[in-house]
Amino acid sequence: MPDFDNEKQGITGLRLMAKIREFERRMPLLSEEGLIRGSTHPSVGMEAVAVGVSLALETGDAVASNHRGHAHTLAKGADFGRTMAEILGRADGYCGGKGGSMHIGVKEIGVLGTNGIVGAGIGIATGSALAAKVSGDGSVAVAYFGDGASNQGVLAEAFNLAAIWNLPVIFVLENNHYAQSASIEEMVAQPDFTKRGEAYGVKSVAVNGMDMRDVYLAAREAVDKARAGDGPTLIVADTYRYLGHMAGDTEIYRDADEVKQWHDKDPIAFLASNLIEAGALDDARWTAMQAELTSEVQAAEDFARKSPFPDVSTAFTDVYDKEEVSR
Amino acid sequence: MSKTPKSMSTWRALNAALHDILADTPESFVLGEDITTWGTGGGIYGVTRKLADVYGKNRVMDTPISEEVLISAVTAAAARGTRPILEIMYSDFSFLGFDGIINQAAKSRYMFGGQFDVPLVIRTNGGSGIGKAAQHSQSLETLFAHIPGLEVVVPGTPGDAYGLLRHAVTTNNPTIFLEHKNQYYDKGLVDFEPLPFGQARIARVGTDVTIVATQQILARALVAAEILEADGISAEVIDPRTLFPFDMDTVYASVAKTRHLVVGHEAVRDYGWGAEFVAEVVENSWDKLDAAPVRLGAARTPIPYSEELEAAVIPTVDKIVAAVRRTLA
Repeated sequence: MPDFDNEKQGITGLRLMAKIREFERRMPLLSEEGLIRGSTHPSVGMEAVAVGVSLALETGDAVASNHRGHAHTLAKGADFGRTMAEILGRADGYCGGKGGSMHIGVKEIGVLGTNGIVGAGIGIATGSALAAKVSGDGSVAVAYFGDGASNQGVLAEAFNLAAIWNLPVIFVLENNHYAQSASIEEMVAQPDFTKRGEAYGVKSVAVNGMDMRDVYLAAREAVDKARAGDGPTLIVADTYRYLGHMAGDTEIYRDADEVKQWHDKDPIAFLASNLIEAGALDDARWTAMQAELTSEVQAAEDFARKSPFPDVSTAFTDVYDKEEVSR
Repeated sequence: MSKTPKSMSTWRALNAALHDILADTPESFVLGEDITTWGTGGGIYGVTRKLADVYGKNRVMDTPISEEVLISAVTAAAARGTRPILEIMYSDFSFLGFDGIINQAAKSRYMFGGQFDVPLVIRTNGGSGIGKAAQHSQSLETLFAHIPGLEVVVPGTPGDAYGLLRHAVTTNNPTIFLEHKNQYYDKGLVDFEPLPFGQARIARVGTDVTIVATQQILARALVAAEILEADGISAEVIDPRTLFPFDMDTVYASVAKTRHLVVGHEAVRDYGWGAEFVAEVVENSWDKLDAAPVRLGAARTPIPYSEELEAAVIPTVDKIVAAVRRTLA
């Protein structure tokens, strides 16, 4: 069993979770202000999964994310300002404003993209793990996907492929109980997702997705296993999204009591109180940390707001490696 | 150290290209269904023969029947620094992985702002002629050529098959490499040199009409040209070799000389790539044309099984001859 160090993983993780929450909390506000085009999908409430998994990864490892991917990207080490700038479609965004919220890739830290196609990241992460196997670069890959994506066919193919080839991939199923507005009760006949992994020979574990420590320990074990050449793991994290599927969601499909019950299990409050109880944190330090990260996120937002819109000429670049074929 | 040119069949040329690629490019690897275990150990048409014996199972992999994950996976593998060459047994099966091809591979460079190269090659085969019927005989090159981000290759000779595949592995774009299943056993001269994309080949020099055609229809156009020659009509035949990038300059120069154009392909004629070539010439070289161009392509039907039915739905030598006569009339 790997160790969980209250300072190393505990405080670092708490701070990162709270910072991501502050970032995501601003998404509906920026959307209402008309600064975000299309749709954006915040993951408020789900921070423990992204942070718990990322604490077990190295910079050279890869993550393939989904439409609700800001937290995965930020937890992997993306700059908050450049991520925000991308969401606002600005020139300083990681993709120069071509990707937006649903297509943020950051090559230097192994973020293979948030992805607008539900379930696509499952195949992408499998491919990064395949590259690791072929090249021997020692990296592992993580696929983040939801309960909804678990119903995509690619899951079955990827599980089988990863298992027969012992690929260094970790499948992280974030069960937040809703696929857009469709509840797992209605869309999944077998709610124990670990059985899906087991059915394909993929070691599968269930974790409390509201407990960062629980997620981290499972991820640490999965990463060590993958890096040792012992193949894939499925981590099923039970979690919840506090906000709607996207900004503007009426949320007619769930009642307020249910949302409140999950608020009572808040991953940030839970970890903070555990750390305080263990003597690793006190109220004063926690308050100071929160003020500090709020101002950091404010700085990120200011940076993004001030970033210029991209030059229109860039709409026609990057289609191909060489511009002469991009007519 | 260049090898002496020699005559060989298309499948052998492709096999030679793969051997040379794996030898020269350490980041490359080859994978696909049944590629080492079928028949004499080289997949359905022998193209991957003996690769695993020489390069081992870490670089030559038999995969499960899982097109969807494989196409997404090689996209990411390419973005992570390797150069995968994936065989899809028949191009018809690529539909199972269209998310990987169109939403992932073709768009990764663009939507992430140019950060990722996607040096991926999907080798597959299309076309009719050997009775594989509706789900194993389609000519899908137009579909791929329509998608921004993809390079689309349609080799028409063993030499081109070798040279274009060697080049495909060196480009940083996802390449759809469409072999023709009825040309694997055709023979031709292979000079063992890489061949850049976007350079059409003048397969036959002529003065009265320009025929642009690929693969099986290219071969038929060359037969048609001989028939026309006997009647005193001199046809110039152009093989585009790649449908994206495509080389219009060679076509413009030819049309400026012949003033007549016929475009033929095995893809369905309606909305086919031939319409694109005709439209380009009409838009940009209208004054060079003496008559309306003519398009030839497959009928708007699935490919039927029975031999005479199959032959009836794709352009024949006679139809090419008739098309030329029509535009010259």
